[in-house]
Amino acid sequence: MSLFMILRIALKALGRNKMRTSLTMLGMIIGVAAVITMVALGSGAQQSIEDQIKSAGTNMISVSAGNWSSGGVRHGAGSATTLSIDDAEAIREQIQGVQYVAAGVNTRGQVVFGNQNWSTRIQGADVEFPLIRFWPTELGTFFTPTDVSAAAKVAVLGTIVRDTLFGEGADPIGQTIRIRRQPFKVIGVMAVKGPGSFGEDQDDTIFVPYTTVQKKLRGIRYIQSITVSAMSAGQTVAVADEISALLRVQHGLIPGDEDDFRVRTLEEMASVRSETTRTMTSLLASIAGVSLLVGGIGIMNIMLVSVTERTREIGLRMAVGAKGKDVLFQFLVEAIVLSLLGGAIGIGLGIALSQGITQFLEWPTTISPNAVAVAFGFAAATGIFFGFYPARKAARLDPIESLRFE
Amino acid sequence: MPLITTTHLSKTYNLGEIQVRALRGVSVDIEAGDFVSVTGPSGSGKSTFMHILGCLDRPTGGQYLLDGTDVSTLSKDELAVIRNRKIGFVFQGFNLLPRTSALDNVELPLLYSGNGMKASDRRRRAQEALAAVGLADRADHHPNQLSGGQQQRVAIARALIGDPSIVLADEPTGNLDSRTSVEVMDIFQTLNSERGITILLITHEREIAEYGSRIIGFRDGRILADHGTDARRIARTELAALPPDVDLELDRQHDAPADQGA
Repeated sequence: MSLFMILRIALKALGRNKMRTSLTMLGMIIGVAAVITMVALGSGAQQSIEDQIKSAGTNMISVSAGNWSSGGVRHGAGSATTLSIDDAEAIREQIQGVQYVAAGVNTRGQVVFGNQNWSTRIQGADVEFPLIRFWPTELGTFFTPTDVSAAAKVAVLGTIVRDTLFGEGADPIGQTIRIRRQPFKVIGVMAVKGPGSFGEDQDDTIFVPYTTVQKKLRGIRYIQSITVSAMSAGQTVAVADEISALLRVQHGLIPGDEDDFRVRTLEEMASVRSETTRTMTSLLASIAGVSLLVGGIGIMNIMLVSVTERTREIGLRMAVGAKGKDVLFQFLVEAIVLSLLGGAIGIGLGIALSQGITQFLEWPTTISPNAVAVAFGFAAATGIFFGFYPARKAARLDPIESLRFE
Repeated sequence: MPLITTTHLSKTYNLGEIQVRALRGVSVDIEAGDFVSVTGPSGSGKSTFMHILGCLDRPTGGQYLLDGTDVSTLSKDELAVIRNRKIGFVFQGFNLLPRTSALDNVELPLLYSGNGMKASDRRRRAQEALAAVGLADRADHHPNQLSGGQQQRVAIARALIGDPSIVLADEPTGNLDSRTSVEVMDIFQTLNSERGITILLITHEREIAEYGSRIIGFRDGRILADHGTDARRIARTELAALPPDVDLELDRQHDAPADQGA
């Protein structure tokens, strides 16, 4: 008996009881739709984290000052004062695959304009910083190499600082603000960047040349960080390794000495949060998987009822020449059709639900072809697994007993 | 050579402690073209005999030759093939598939014949079989739209579609009124005389048995009597003698949905 004929018989049998067929499928539909929607929500969250990282600059490598030890006392990360502008120059000149390099020195301070004041982070940066972070100015310009070498008192404001001191959306270009009582000329306003990867508000800041922080605000010669971007995302890790090696040489560290700096890539920083969402996704998917299982048990239940109810039909089919395997396949195919059809409708529903969630709740969702394939495959497997027992039961019926069954 | 030869056929059921000897050595020959009525009270073994002859069951002893083939030792699947090719069944409860057209019901055995017949050929043959029992115009009706007599005729068409050597009818008139019973017997007699189909009719009613040309009586798992019918009833003559079909036509117009068994 050909598969096509078995399929036809199964479809006819299912068509004879449409109400029950559709209710049974509903279990499968809900299961598959749940899996797809949950996974879509999970991967949507993951995707949005990845986008955040991308907005911070995918190729970014950050070098920060490390630990400084004196007489066995370790002062902790950031305490070392060995990072210098020479290191930044060495990185730029000696390492292949480096695109931009920007030295950085930070401080905090009270900023005053007119009768307004605000305490904020003051980031001493280099001219290539906006290129590394993909962070353009909204008004005016960033400072120039001339400003840096002259340690000019110029400032580029983050939007929060601008809004606080000058009023929302105001144009402060050309105005003079006071940072720690020293006058700075406002030459630009950064575009809105939003929260950073650790939730801090990146717009609550002022950028000035790092040389200005060194000489005018802090009176130091070292730098605290070097921000580097690699030519491509693929080179990031290799470049980071080379930077480590180079800095050890620059700082005259011998094997066995601890690094007095730290090199991190964004991938590293992001991996923790990514991991969390991934766990979340698997959790959601497994909960949804349970409903898929319940759908499968529903199919088994209905198939068992169906076999009992159709005992006489089975007896008759056997009397007119159906072999055990013909009956087995008929019921198995019925179960598989139920689960596949339910699975297909479930996929449609799942996709619609995910898009609805994005549309109305504004939660990001991403439909992954993998999840769709897995859910559909699982639906098929469920049909075979839960359909087999009832089908075998049908195939093993005795024709005489079945024909007499009331 | 006879179509059916059984020698010392026996069947014993093991019901836990007790053994039930349903058949205790039945030897019989049935020629092709015979119309044999098998009769006897319930528990006489006639049903068991029919199940074995119909290849639905296997004997526990003795031999059964059908068309020269020893079928008493065949496997379940091999028996299914024999049933499909050589035997047509007609049951007391009709056993039609519910919510399925008469045509699809008749076609059913062909689906299992395994000879890859084209769908159009199957439909044509089913249509012919329905025509042979006078139901050509009811092909699209579902069983619940047919009277009891019509349902039994659909079942007969289904039994005929595989061109069987033998038609086994198990109490085919048990659920029918007397006039419809005569009509059904007329169909069997016509098939037997005009197409030479061997008919094996199982019944506990003496009068129905008398439509056959030979009567085998069973009692306690053995053959009690085996003889030609003294005064064979001819359904065609009886039908002609019955008053005109007015009642029947009315019946048909008002077709109450007949019980078709689950």
